Amino acid sequence: MMSATALAAVAALLPFGAAVIGMLFGRRLPFGPAPVAVLGTAAATVLAIVVAVDVAGAPTAVWESSTQLTPTGLIPITLGVRVDSLSATVAVMVTVVALAVQVYSVGYLRGDPRYSSYAALISLFTSAMLAVVLCNDLLVIYVGWEIMGICSYFLIGHYWEDPPTSAAAVKSFLMTRFGDVGFLFGIFVLGMAAGSFRLTDVLNAVPGMNPSTVLAGTLLLTAGIVGKSAQFPLHSWLPDAMAGPSPVSALIHAATMVASGAYMVARMYPAFEAAPATLNVIAVLAVISMLGSALAALATDDLKRVLAYSTISQLSVMFAALAVGGRIQAVGHLLSHAAFKALLFLCAGAVIHAVGSNLMAHMGGLARAMPVTFVTMTVGFAALAGVPPTSGFFTKDAVLSAALESTAATAWLVIAGVLATVLVTAAYATRAWLRTFFGLRTAGSAASVHEAPWIMLGPLVALAVPALLLGFGGLRWHELRPEVGPALFSVLLAALGAGLAYVAWRRDPAHEPATVLGRLRPVFASAFGTDDLYERTVAVAVLRLARGVVGVDDRVVGRAVTGTGRGARTLGGVLRLTQNGNPQFYVTGVLAGVLLIAVGVAVLS
Amino acid sequence: MTLVLLLAVPLVASALVLALPPRHAIPTAVAATGGTLAIAVIAAARFDYGSAHAMQQGVDWAWIPPIDVRLHLGIDGISLPLVVLTALLTALCAIYLGRREAPELARPRAFVALLLLLEVGMLGTFVALDLLVFFVFFELVLVPMYAVIAGWGGPGRRPAANQFILYTLLGSGVLLVGLLVIYAQTGTLDMVVLAARAGDGLSHTVQVIAFLLVAGGLAVKVPMWPLHSWLPDAHTEAPTVGSVLLAGVLLKMGTYGMVRIAVPVLPEGALFWAPWLGALGVVGIVYAALACLAQRNLKRLVAFSSVGHMGFVLLGIATLTPVGMNAALFANIAHGLITGLLFFLAGGIAQRYGGTDMATIGGGLLAKAPHLGSLLVLASVASLGLPGLAGFWGEMLAMLSAFQPAPGLDRGLFLGFMAIAGLGAVLTAAYFLVMIRRVAHGVAPPRWHGVGLLDATGRELLAWAPLVLFAFVAGLWPRVLLGVTDPAVRALLGGG
Repeated sequence: MMSATALAAVAALLPFGAAVIGMLFGRRLPFGPAPVAVLGTAAATVLAIVVAVDVAGAPTAVWESSTQLTPTGLIPITLGVRVDSLSATVAVMVTVVALAVQVYSVGYLRGDPRYSSYAALISLFTSAMLAVVLCNDLLVIYVGWEIMGICSYFLIGHYWEDPPTSAAAVKSFLMTRFGDVGFLFGIFVLGMAAGSFRLTDVLNAVPGMNPSTVLAGTLLLTAGIVGKSAQFPLHSWLPDAMAGPSPVSALIHAATMVASGAYMVARMYPAFEAAPATLNVIAVLAVISMLGSALAALATDDLKRVLAYSTISQLSVMFAALAVGGRIQAVGHLLSHAAFKALLFLCAGAVIHAVGSNLMAHMGGLARAMPVTFVTMTVGFAALAGVPPTSGFFTKDAVLSAALESTAATAWLVIAGVLATVLVTAAYATRAWLRTFFGLRTAGSAASVHEAPWIMLGPLVALAVPALLLGFGGLRWHELRPEVGPALFSVLLAALGAGLAYVAWRRDPAHEPATVLGRLRPVFASAFGTDDLYERTVAVAVLRLARGVVGVDDRVVGRAVTGTGRGARTLGGVLRLTQNGNPQFYVTGVLAGVLLIAVGVAVLS
Repeated sequence: MTLVLLLAVPLVASALVLALPPRHAIPTAVAATGGTLAIAVIAAARFDYGSAHAMQQGVDWAWIPPIDVRLHLGIDGISLPLVVLTALLTALCAIYLGRREAPELARPRAFVALLLLLEVGMLGTFVALDLLVFFVFFELVLVPMYAVIAGWGGPGRRPAANQFILYTLLGSGVLLVGLLVIYAQTGTLDMVVLAARAGDGLSHTVQVIAFLLVAGGLAVKVPMWPLHSWLPDAHTEAPTVGSVLLAGVLLKMGTYGMVRIAVPVLPEGALFWAPWLGALGVVGIVYAALACLAQRNLKRLVAFSSVGHMGFVLLGIATLTPVGMNAALFANIAHGLITGLLFFLAGGIAQRYGGTDMATIGGGLLAKAPHLGSLLVLASVASLGLPGLAGFWGEMLAMLSAFQPAPGLDRGLFLGFMAIAGLGAVLTAAYFLVMIRRVAHGVAPPRWHGVGLLDATGRELLAWAPLVLFAFVAGLWPRVLLGVTDPAVRALLGGG
């Protein structure tokens, strides 16, 4: 039998192989592009589960493999995996969600002429994400990290005929890449200090490092993590990324890529623990993002954008947990969030597929017409709102308990932030649930609404199970067991939020309940105007600078260089005459120089 | 002897083609460049990778005995990849010339003769081990390239060709003076001997002056900001094949000269000027990216992007570390593959749309010509330095080298360079993605409605596929290049 590390490596490579086959042969494959894409991911899922079962037998074991990828002239780059309970568990989550999304996409993109490249890109993405999860060398992780980014760009831009979609794709890639530069430099700082880019070596070397080195390294890594996980101030790409197809949002912009930021902090936790200042920064950014995006979700009418803001907010909950020492709690929430948020996006896809619009104003009263979607999405919303006994209830509560026990300077901030977010989350989840499934059928939802085909419903049911029950699986760890006091309090807060949303909606079920927010509504809906601000400052400044450069290049540099060039030519001639040396060479040199000048003059005249 | 044959085949063919009937010109070009490529592959196959640091397959014949000029040729891990790249790109250019859908090439015999002569010069530059022989080959390239631009270029070819030859001749003049200074002070033209001496026998002042002259002369060819302004015009006006070779090979001659001659022969001079080299390199990265962001012409955008990529190469060289040199050599090859492909694609687009003005094209290329559009997207993504493709490793290692420059260099300054280069990488992504948005995405404007557009043809794909393939190979398995250059670079910097 193969070792766990070899199995893990094969699991990461299988979707890559499927992607290559899909890209090269696509529609010419005997049974179309779907079987290769689905089977590649399915095989990876089986292997990931086998590895996770292996690891479960030895929870504290760390299995590694390593071979040199290339020399660099400095520290060589290695290729290898690091399998431990964290990476094995997250790998299972990635492959399961990817498999659900691949199956769902067969139905969702039926008849789409670009399905084959779409499926191949999803496979490539899965492989890159598994590389981030499993690989041991930080630079190889960076490779996977960036490939995820370009897959996200291509998949957001799936409907590239539409200019705003294309713009959203560009924005998402650039905002994340801006952070990724910091991430790369962070790798440089820690890797060079450790004398190795291998994660294991870096973590082993952290205790002996200069604290300011660790601080600089982790802060730089945080830049990339904030960008990838769409946290304030690099958050505004994620709502726009909803221009992509819903299954893409489910996989990339909910369960996996955006969560990889939190995963990396958990993975490199000893380094972050050694830099409390970095954790404090993360705590502050997380609390701002958590509450800010929850409020934005409360006022947005586009169902997918509501879920996007909700994703930002839930990712912040993970970061908040990490900031107060709750590593296991953060990972628990990462897993439960992956299940319920992927579920919510896939349900939203089914709804949008049926209604033909993203706007909740065009939905309403769908519960009867789409019973399976209704039930599964209800599970998703309940988990999001933290209703017991769904998975979200357990893990959110675990985060709260971690903050209560923490001695970190930011613990009080995290507690206040999480409690406020619980209230707002329940409110916006209730609002979205009511707006979508209850009330009167609107013009959009009245006509021939039908339940999605079984190939889309299957993944919904499959994801609803962990969204509902995953919390019980976590009871093995004492960190993930709920504590009565805080749990009760947060459930009460959630009930209050849900009740307020219900009251607002009840006044007039046909209309937008968010109108009760009054003048705050547009402020929330625009995410406090951050996007507008970036557009007006950064984008405008860069473009102005660019136009300036083109102007300068045309007018000044060209002429100045031509001018100095003429001067240099004269000077060169003079120097050549004064050159002392071997006589024959001297003559040859002068001849060559004269020849050069003669040609130059001939050409110019 | 392999290396002599490598130069002799295109040289003889270049003379031969003039004697043949015009319709045989392009088949001759394909045969001759194909033969040269085969020889380059044989040289690569016979290359002893275990001692990539040493000069191999050398010849050393007396040429001008009175001044001890010798026809001294050889390859090591630094030159081998460039030799193969040159032979490959020239062969692909010849294949591309033979595509049927193209408007007929005017004066094919002259064009092919120039192309082959160009190949002799390019290959010679990379295998020469005598300063004067290096210089001769370096110069040999200019004339055919000038003639190709001036004779077969676009409407503005005259001024563009003149500017090209003026700039590069100025550079050559300064370079020649620099080489003369080295010779005058050391009494030898042998590059291997000079590199082994590592500046021994050259006073600090002489090194500082000689480095300024040599590197300054080479910098025009790189081109280093602010000496770049010949490049966009030359590229915009040059025929496709000229652009491909100009970007793919000619630009590398400048940085190759720095790695091969300027840095190892004049280490103290290098130490003195390295901060300036790095500064101008990173200025070039950001400047080129900004210029590209506001660029309206696709071919000009690709041309300007070269200035940025060469900025990364210069930054790597400026750190004077093995990792920096490796980065520079890797980025050289990657740029040759990717930008070569981009110029091929720009040529294909120009042929179909009658120009490369992005407003005229107006978008929708992916819908009108899916293969051409997909290749443009792929090449752009490779060029912006996406990991998994060739463009990544050079840029990443250049920044890594700036993180820890050679002892004697100001680390804080180079950290600043690294940060600026990182910002430039983001801007690079920005202009390529904006370009894709404007050209490939969207819907074709009304003026192209009902106009059929030829997708990439079999012959075009034949010429482009190897570049795509190698961009992936180098991206996924960087050892194929780094494993070859690393020992040679270490030996060169170690003084032996």
